[in-house]
Amino acid sequence: MTDVLPSPLSLCLAVLLAWLTIGVVGISRPNNLRLTRQLFAIGAACGAALAVIAALSLTTPTEQYVLALGLPDLPFHVRRDALSSVFLFLLGAASAGISTFAAGYFREGQGTPPGLLCLEYHAFLASMGFVVLADDAYMFMVAWEAMALSSYFLVTTQHRIPEIRSAGFIYLLIAHLGAIAILLSFGLLQGGSWQFTFDAMREARLDPIPASFAFLLALIGFGAKAGLVPLHVWLPEAHPAAPSPVSALMSGVMLKTALYGITRVAFDLLAEPIWWWGLVALGIGLFTAVFGVIFAAVQSDMKRLLAYSSIENVGILFTGFGLAIIFKGVGMPALAAIAFAAMLYHATNHAFMKSLLFLGTGAVLHATGERNLGRLGGLIHRMPWVAWLTLVGALAIASLPPLNGFVSEWLLLQSLLFSYEVPRPFVHMLLPLGAALLALAAALAAYVMVKFYGVIFLGQPRESTLHRAHDAGWLERIGLIWLALGCVMFGLFPTFVLGCLSNVGEQLGFSGLELETGSWWLLVPLADREASYAPLIFLGTATLLVILTIYGVRRFYHQRVRLGPAWGCGFGEFSARMQDTAEGFGQPIRHLFKPFFDMKRDLPTPFDTEPRYRVVVGDRLWQLLYVPLGRLVQLAANSVAWLQQGRIASYLLYSFVTLIALLALML
Amino acid sequence: MSLPLDLQILNSLAALLLLVSFAMLSQRRIVTLVNLLAFQGALLCAATLLLAWRTGANHLYVSAGLTLALKVIVLPWLLHRLIRRLDVYWDTEPLLNVAGTMLIGLLIVVFSFGLAQPISELASTATRSSIGIAVAVVLLAFFTMITRRKATSQVVGFLSMENGLFFGAMSATYGMPMIVEFGVALDVLVAMLVLGVFFFQIREQFDSLDLQHLEALKEDR
Repeated sequence: MTDVLPSPLSLCLAVLLAWLTIGVVGISRPNNLRLTRQLFAIGAACGAALAVIAALSLTTPTEQYVLALGLPDLPFHVRRDALSSVFLFLLGAASAGISTFAAGYFREGQGTPPGLLCLEYHAFLASMGFVVLADDAYMFMVAWEAMALSSYFLVTTQHRIPEIRSAGFIYLLIAHLGAIAILLSFGLLQGGSWQFTFDAMREARLDPIPASFAFLLALIGFGAKAGLVPLHVWLPEAHPAAPSPVSALMSGVMLKTALYGITRVAFDLLAEPIWWWGLVALGIGLFTAVFGVIFAAVQSDMKRLLAYSSIENVGILFTGFGLAIIFKGVGMPALAAIAFAAMLYHATNHAFMKSLLFLGTGAVLHATGERNLGRLGGLIHRMPWVAWLTLVGALAIASLPPLNGFVSEWLLLQSLLFSYEVPRPFVHMLLPLGAALLALAAALAAYVMVKFYGVIFLGQPRESTLHRAHDAGWLERIGLIWLALGCVMFGLFPTFVLGCLSNVGEQLGFSGLELETGSWWLLVPLADREASYAPLIFLGTATLLVILTIYGVRRFYHQRVRLGPAWGCGFGEFSARMQDTAEGFGQPIRHLFKPFFDMKRDLPTPFDTEPRYRVVVGDRLWQLLYVPLGRLVQLAANSVAWLQQGRIASYLLYSFVTLIALLALML
Repeated sequence: MSLPLDLQILNSLAALLLLVSFAMLSQRRIVTLVNLLAFQGALLCAATLLLAWRTGANHLYVSAGLTLALKVIVLPWLLHRLIRRLDVYWDTEPLLNVAGTMLIGLLIVVFSFGLAQPISELASTATRSSIGIAVAVVLLAFFTMITRRKATSQVVGFLSMENGLFFGAMSATYGMPMIVEFGVALDVLVAMLVLGVFFFQIREQFDSLDLQHLEALKEDR
């Protein structure tokens, strides 16, 4: 059977090529909206195919090709192993849902014409696939930059709006900063062989000092793409600017390619990670997680809120990554395998739930034209499909069982709790404190989701125009259902998922997971410990309790129902403005974490007849880091500008002196 | 110790080339500058012919012919015509006085010979001792361009630099491959024509060929 089928790698490449072809077909008719929508649907089918291929290839052995493309003497190498498969699956599965949604989402409007959008979108998808499949630094960088550029053009779809252009610029700037760091890291990784294939880098066996520099550069480079503090500033700008399917792709999938990159460098190319690297990654990751969630809590723009929530989740992912390095470096393979699997698991989960939430906000945005939480509310009556499906995503990201977010965060917390066994002084005392921070981030994430969901969908509409809001179209619903289904399935069958992920770890030199076999419904991550989790039993019990409660209320309640205005409290006249607002809901957090914020508040006077409370919460890092940095660059640029004398003789003199200096060097 | 006669002649031709470079460095009259350039081209042509006869390399005859046609006849004629039509016979006061220019020129020559020493030892040609002269001619021509204000004299410097490069290639490896030589010759011709157009444009804008006026184009800070 396997002889008849082409290898998974060639099938994956075929899907990526199909995406590129779709893009080219799209650009051939730039203003044909109908064709574009059909193309998006075909792209979604390709995504689903990629997900299936990748999932089936998780257990197949590694394959390598040398493509007949690239520069002379510098061909593109591709390679698919289990790690690539996980990320290809993530790309395929998430993009299947997002593309289906996008097929119903994009409309005629100002900005980029639909056909061009189709090209950019599918080039973005294909370049992410090539990043994951690349097997030499050259192809990796080409794909990486193609990804950055195509997503930049997608972010600036509405390029007639100045704020969106500046958001795109910040994104591009940080993406380039990261790319430089990655390039330098590859330069160190080749270790004097001047061969830039990943195979040569695996052979290089760097000394600890250059290896550490290579790792730190890679952490900066990939951290910039992932959104680690302090390189996170592009996320809250770019996500609100981009169309919702693009935000979903960027947050759900593109951030994960950064995780893929750093994992590839740390566990594959560098082979033997040193334990303190993990400490650095873990520290930054935990700080990012808490930082992101605190900022998410005080946002009043729904897409900015989700962007900060993405920063939080990236922090969680890097916490798992750091933990895996620490455990591996000090020789605790079982815990390392758990942390690593938890990281991959959470990456997949986040791809589903964050895409779902971003698409939900997209549907709301289309229906109401409003991103500001202060002007939404009560939409569950107008858009039940979107509301209920978004609820699944919100519960998942708030890490409530039996959904998927709970499983991965629980696994991570389990491994973090056992870090007191790390045989290093002080570290074994400090790491369990990290568990407290992680728990804080998870709890605040739930708080954020209550705010997000409650203010948008529950209560009463805050504006009269909201009554005209309409539910999403059928294509959009299918996209949302697909992603919500992913959230549920990944939550209900963790044993199965971990079984697949265990193989990934083994290929990268981790020990296999010590899962208790024979109990597919019960998850026991570490056989000799007590902790266990049975999602199906939880779901059954919860469902049973809900049914019993409903039945009990119906059976024993006196049935005399009096209908009155909701939240009336006996007070006859009430308005939508009496509800808790987004700002009000975030106030405790704003108060508790005051030093983090740079706040500007407009307080109305007591005599104002039309009182409006306004608060702008800024990021202190702008003032502390980016503004001084910008001044420094300006200063340096001004001093360099002295060179521009405007006299040809001077310019000739520069060339002459340079020539003489270079020749003198040769002497 | 005594060299064969043809090599002696070749070495004196090389010395003359250097001398002409110094003459160009100090010369203020543009018409004379162009004549010096033509003379330099003639010397180059003679040296190439001699080398071709000595080594029996046929392609060097072609280069010699090319040099004669282009550098001795066509380009000087074009330049003379330009000077007449633009009515610029004198360069204005140079950026540096003659004595200073000469002193710096001397330093450049010393530097060039020091630089050429290791290259000469590597080369296997009979003419390897003149590589230093070739480098000196290139750098002196470059220096000529720096010290001049008029666009025409800068172009003469540029062409003289090309002469030096050609001589360098000849003494180090008996000339470049034919195709490269043709390409370079064509480039020089085209550059000359384009620059001629530029001269007219510059004069039209500023009523002068003095490049000081171009400083006004500098971006304000």
